[in-house]
Amino acid sequence: MADENKAIEPSAPPTGANPAATPNTRQVPGGDEPATAAAAAATGVSPAPAAAHAPKPAAPRPPAAPLPDLAGKTTTAASAGGAQAKAAASAPAAAKPAVAAGRDPDDSSPLLNRRAWLGLAWGAFSAASAAALAATGRFMFPNVLNEPPQQFKVGFPSEYGMGVDERFKDKYGIWIIRTPDDLEQHASGFYVLISVCTHLGCTPNYLSAESKFKCPCHGSGFRLTGVNFEGPAPRPLERARVVLADDGQILVDKGKHYQRELGQWIDPESFLKA
Amino acid sequence: MAEAKTIAPKEGPLVRFWEWLTETQAWKSVFRHDRPNTDRTRVLVMLSNVFLHLHPVRIRKSGVKLRYTWCMGGLSFFLFLVLTFTGLLLMFYYRPTLEYAYTDIVGLREHVPLGIMREMHRWGAHAMVITVWLHMFRVFMTGSYKPPREFNWSVGVIMLVLTLLLSFTGYLLPWDQLAIWAITVGSNMARATPFLGHEGPGAQLLRLGDVPLIHAADDARFALLGGTFVGEGALLRFYVLHCVGLPLGIAVLMAVHFWRVRKDGGISGPL
Repeated sequence: MADENKAIEPSAPPTGANPAATPNTRQVPGGDEPATAAAAAATGVSPAPAAAHAPKPAAPRPPAAPLPDLAGKTTTAASAGGAQAKAAASAPAAAKPAVAAGRDPDDSSPLLNRRAWLGLAWGAFSAASAAALAATGRFMFPNVLNEPPQQFKVGFPSEYGMGVDERFKDKYGIWIIRTPDDLEQHASGFYVLISVCTHLGCTPNYLSAESKFKCPCHGSGFRLTGVNFEGPAPRPLERARVVLADDGQILVDKGKHYQRELGQWIDPESFLKA
Repeated sequence: MAEAKTIAPKEGPLVRFWEWLTETQAWKSVFRHDRPNTDRTRVLVMLSNVFLHLHPVRIRKSGVKLRYTWCMGGLSFFLFLVLTFTGLLLMFYYRPTLEYAYTDIVGLREHVPLGIMREMHRWGAHAMVITVWLHMFRVFMTGSYKPPREFNWSVGVIMLVLTLLLSFTGYLLPWDQLAIWAITVGSNMARATPFLGHEGPGAQLLRLGDVPLIHAADDARFALLGGTFVGEGALLRFYVLHCVGLPLGIAVLMAVHFWRVRKDGGISGPL
């Protein structure tokens, strides 16, 4: 498309207003004026045809084709144009009316020529397609998730005895544990363990008889504190944020995890003193 | 265009990269011909591309005239592609169960970006039924069903039925009152299938002594619904037929149809 433009712009007045110029325009199909001039010079022909239509500026509209693009780059085509220019210089150009016409004679719209219209149409089509594609990509990310909330209340502290509470394991994937003396916080209270094995992400079982969490996948074992002591698990279970809500209930926030190996179990919100 | 051709510059890293790239084995294994600027290379393009080879290398001038074909066959195919694509996207969210079907349909409008995806599928389906009918009408009016194209006409008739069945099965999936009762009414027709519907003619003849072989729980309607009324079995069956069974069938027939168009002398012209 671009090279077609280059062929058209300098030669054919878009208005088609100057029929006298038409023979000349047929002679320079290969490129813009510098290229033609260079080619003509190369073929030993005076650049008269180029000069001939030079004083007729192509339009009220500036030429759309970037001129420097073709300088020195147009080889065979320009040579062909040069050869044609030579032929035209010796014989009336009307001999070849439609050979190299870059433009349909009927195409005289003052606003958009065929090329520009096609460019606009393809541009608009591409933009619409890209927008549709982007919207389709967005379609894959819903605005509503049917998943359990990350923050939830689990009742009042007085409802819990010492030890592991498994009530919320199925729904939220946590154990709530009440301890008389935590290994990091050195206080009595609650902590919440995420029931995801730190080896490969299975869900361990609570074995009350052995007072440990045991992963069925590869045998990792964790003490009630969450610290790993057997099997392939490389680090302790993670704790979730646990605080008191305004109404006095325990509020668990799974959006915030605390890892012991990073020293995060001393964080006041990783443990609810009670 | 040919005379206005420009040649790329011979220097520079981009040119060297391009020259290296187009000489690689991988490139040459993909593009096995020169630029399509001669009749020969144009034909090679058509023959060596799986998508383009479905098209004829040459067509009659009349073949591209709108008033010959109305583009209805191509539009039907285009709409089929649109429906396949939008349907695939809808399948990411829709669950064909009593518990979720309706709420997932609502969620597709309320909870998912581009909430018109379902409407595009729906309107596309309506449009495809229309274009298939108009395609059939055009073929009839231009006499394009006549030998040797009568086989392709028959393939087309089967595809028309499949299109309507796709529409019918898709109708149930929103699982609202309109869907349930429309399919109840529609599937009641199967009761009257000759021999295979328990209320149909001849069904009473199929019995062993006092035992009827065709009854409400094993007739054609039961096979369609997977039950004796429009319930969960019907929803799942219609879903599978709508998303997999019928599209597969119609896709195979489309391949036959397009191939036959070529073999029978191309589109829209006297032989």
